[in-house]
Formats: sequence, C-alpha cells, structure tokens
Amino acid sequence: MRRKGLSYAKYGYIFCIPFVLAFLIFSLYPIIYTAVIGFTDLKGLGRTDFKILENPFQNFITIIKNASFQQSLKNTIIIWVVNFIPQILIALLLTAWFTNHRNKIKGQGAFKVLFYMPNIITAATIAILFYSLFGYPKGPVNDLFMMLGITDEPIYFLIQKSTARGIVSFIQFWMWYGYTMIVLISGVLGMNPELFEASEIDGATSAQTFFFITLPNLRTILLYTLITSLIGGLNMFDIPRLFLLGGPDNATLTTSVFIYNQAFSGSYMYNRAAAASMIMFVIIAILSGMIFYIMRDKDAAQLKKFQKKQQKALRAAEKAGRRADG
Amino acid sequence: MRVKSNKSLYIGKIIKYFVCIFLAILSIFPFWIMLTNATRSTYEIQQNSISLIPSTYLLDNIRVLLGKSFNPLKGFINSMIISTGATLCTVYFSSLTAYALVAYDWRLRQPFFTFILAVMMIPAQVTSIGFYQFMYRVHMTNNFLPLILPAIASPATVFFMRQYLLATLSIDIVNSARIDGAREFYIFNKIILPIMKPAVATQAIFSFVGSWNNLFMPLILLTDNDKYTMPIMVSLLRGDIYKTEFGSVYLGLSLTVLPLFVIYFMLSKYIIAGVALGGVKE
Repeated sequence: MRRKGLSYAKYGYIFCIPFVLAFLIFSLYPIIYTAVIGFTDLKGLGRTDFKILENPFQNFITIIKNASFQQSLKNTIIIWVVNFIPQILIALLLTAWFTNHRNKIKGQGAFKVLFYMPNIITAATIAILFYSLFGYPKGPVNDLFMMLGITDEPIYFLIQKSTARGIVSFIQFWMWYGYTMIVLISGVLGMNPELFEASEIDGATSAQTFFFITLPNLRTILLYTLITSLIGGLNMFDIPRLFLLGGPDNATLTTSVFIYNQAFSGSYMYNRAAAASMIMFVIIAILSGMIFYIMRDKDAAQLKKFQKKQQKALRAAEKAGRRADG
Repeated sequence: MRVKSNKSLYIGKIIKYFVCIFLAILSIFPFWIMLTNATRSTYEIQQNSISLIPSTYLLDNIRVLLGKSFNPLKGFINSMIISTGATLCTVYFSSLTAYALVAYDWRLRQPFFTFILAVMMIPAQVTSIGFYQFMYRVHMTNNFLPLILPAIASPATVFFMRQYLLATLSIDIVNSARIDGAREFYIFNKIILPIMKPAVATQAIFSFVGSWNNLFMPLILLTDNDKYTMPIMVSLLRGDIYKTEFGSVYLGLSLTVLPLFVIYFMLSKYIIAGVALGGVKE
C-alpha cells in the first residue's frame, strides 16, 4: 500500500510544473531583473544594454531624496487612510445591521448587489466618469450641489489639492466598501451560532452582542482586510493616473503613477523606476509577511511549537540527568 | 416604557433604511447620469448636466465618438481575446496545481503550499520594469501572450481551489478510477474538473473581470492602436480630442460599462457568494 502511494507521488510534481514554470518566467525573473536594473544606468527608449553604476546604490539614493517620490508616498498613504477609515466603519455598521437577527432589513440581497456593483466596473472608466461628473463651472455634481442649496457658486473641485485628493479617496471608498462589507458578513456568518444564542439568552442588547461577541471574533478578518487593502492602496494606479494625471500640483500622484511616469512617459528612466519599484516591493513584502503570519495553518504551527518545547524539555532533562550522574 | 422602546426601535429602523437607500442611490446615480447624458447633446449637457430622462442625440453622439480615435469594437475584441485566454489559463492550471496539492502525497507538498501563500500578494506593478525590459528584449511587446500566459501562475486562485478540493474531494473516487485503469491525467480532466465546476465558475468570473479591467500591464506593453484593450480605449476619452464632446465621452464610457453590467446583473448572486467565499483573497 505504502509503495503504491509513493509511485503516485511523482504526479504531484508533474502537475505543478506549468505553475512553477510560469512563475519562474513571468514573476521571479522580472523581479530579479527589476532589482538588477535598479543598480544600473539603464535609461532611454529602446535601450536594453546596461552596466552597473560606480556607486550601485546611486539610484536608490536619488529616489529616496527625490521630492516627487516623497510626495507620492505621502499622497498614497493619505489617500489610503482617508478612504479606509470610513470604509471599514461603514462596512462594520452595515455588517452589524445585516447580520442582526432580531430586526432584519428587507431587501438585503438587492442592497448587497448595489453596494458591491462599483467594484466590478473598470476603474479606468470610473476615473474618467468622475472627472466628467466634477466638471467646472457646469457639471453634474456642481449642478446637484446648487440645486440642493449646498453651495451658491460652482466649486472648482479639480484644481484644489484637498478636494482633488478627497475625491480620489472617495472613489476608492465607494468602490471598495461593498466588498469589505460582504467579506465581514461572511466572517460573521462563519462564527459559531451558539455564541449569539448564548448572548441572546443572557439578555444582551444588539449593540452589546456586536461589540463584545462579533467584533472580537472578527479580529483576524479585520486585520486581513486592513493589510490587503493597504497593499492594494500602495498599488493604486488607474484612478489617480486617469482622474487628474497625478495633479493638481502632484496632489494625487501615487507611487505607482510616479513609477509609471519615470519609466514610460517621456523620461524613460528605467533604472530610477526600478529602484522605486524595489523600495515599494520591500514595503509590500513586509506587509505580505504579516498576512502570511496571520493565515498560516495555526494548528500546524502550534503542533510544531509543542514539539519543539517537548524536545527542549527532553534535552534539558537529559542534561540534568547527565549532571546528576556526574 | 414598552411604548418608548418601540418608538426608538422604529426610529432606528428608519435610520437604517435611510442609510441603505442613500448608499444604493450613491451606487446608481453616477451611472444613471452617464447613461442619460450619453443620449444628450453637448448643448443640453452644458445647459443642465443632470437629467434623469434620456434625450434624442444618441445617434449624433455615436457619430462623433466613432469619428475619432475611439474604436470600441476593436477594444472589445482585443479585451475579449486577452480575458478569455487568461481566464482559461487561470482556472485550468490553478485547478491542476490545487489537485496536485490535495490528491498526492509528495515530499515538497507542504513547502510548495507555503511558497504559494508567500507569493500570493506580490503585485504585478512592482515587477513591471523588469517585465517590460524582458518582453522588449524578446520582441513580445504589442503581443497578447505576455498578458495571457502569466495567468497560468495565479497563487490566489490555487489557494481558493485547494480549499474547495479539500472540502469536496474523496480519494475513493480517484482510487476506483485507477482500478478501472484510468491514467492520472485522464482522471483529472474527466473526473476532477467536473467535480470542481462550481469553484471553476466562481474563479472564472473574477479572473475574467480582473483581466478585463486591467489597465497597467496593457498600457505598458501595447503601444500599437490596433492592439488597444478596452481600458486603454477608455483612457483616450480623457484626451484633448474629446474635450468639448461631452455627450460622446459619456457614450464611450457607457459602452465600456454595459457588458460588465450585463454580466454582473446576470450573475450577481454567484458573484456575491464568490466574494463571500473568497474573502481570503485579493
């Protein structure tokens, strides 16, 4: 029986070959290539030959000291934070409402479908749609605001730094809160129903149940959502690139747009773009490491820990025994 | 006391519905404006840019839109080729890899799974410079293959497929097929893939939409107008040539959204369920 099991093992390797090959060619090699380019003088359209710089870290130093890069990193973080806080709060609120057994909201299915809808639409389209919606002096949003009496004069949203950034954050929020809500709801539905029954029997209010039962049990999923959203946010490209092309005055320039501009729009500074990519890669790798740590097989990890502890104890006992002998 | 709590319950309910309906309107409103303005003339839009009812200038807008560089049919076909190819690669090879991880007992199985988890989050953006240079050197820019073949290695899909197989696959089926003399590759294609149909369908939708909406990679690799995908076509609407043609811009945007709307409203049930299942993804 055991021999038979072994003879099939080779198919495990064979069936993984396409994945491994595709990964080596299209992911690993480009990563290494990008890293190497970061240390070279490769710039200019159509060039592929390069040599390592005298000071290999020159590009990295240039990028870190570059005011636009610093600005883009700052923008990316501001835009992400301003989008994520309301996103997670609204998603949590809706999760609490939609999973409340005592008074159910009618038409939940339809609401879910509508809340998630923007997420599936091409981001490039949404960026240009919002550019049109926020037109000045005539545009749907300005018309609406004046109709509702929110403002008397049309607002030039797209030329002010804060409103421009705010709109990008809003688009991100609008595209992603439905997704986050569905993930959180599925997290709540995956919890042991006895927990909720017990709290109901104990006479807890809906709010108490939410804060003391639901929220603590959602911790892992919340952390996961936070980090994946952060990684996604650090790669934000389509919306800031097409909405205002990084402007006004670099206010919506994100790191991905910065990298794109360095390499592909006009200047062809592949080496600097590669250095900036690697800086982002390290940041994202650290964040991914955190997700990996959260998602690892907890039981297996615990078992390993336990075995290690036992071995240690065993060794300690042996040592003690030897000492006693001596 | 009882009356009071009923009243506050009532108010709470009103607030809940108010917020939900407000958010629903927020989802619909931009697209509604887009669709009605697609049928209105530039003059009408300049007079009043909000109209809940369509007008009669659709044909004029179509003429203006197609008279310039925007070619939705070409973009549609190109995007269709890339997205279909990438989706087939993703679901087939991810299923195969997941099956290898679940059904066979090989020495590197656990390390390989750990490795897949580790590389799940690497975004294509940060490796794009090396990817572009590599493709440029082998003369593969303006070719669809570099946008299709990388889909063979989709760690997140493998992860999802593995979870699904762990829950559904019984090794007895595989063993009885072996006794009947079936070869391993045949077993996967004829027995395992049909079992995985629900998971394949879910992942196919997400893979297709993800590939369809992708702007970054096609923008870097495709410089030839004839090769433009839908999102690149859309980005042309931001250019100067359509600056004053408001109706045509809204129409162009609508054309790119309509196929997605059709897919979404036909499959929304499965899509929402898929998001809930794949919570541990993307």
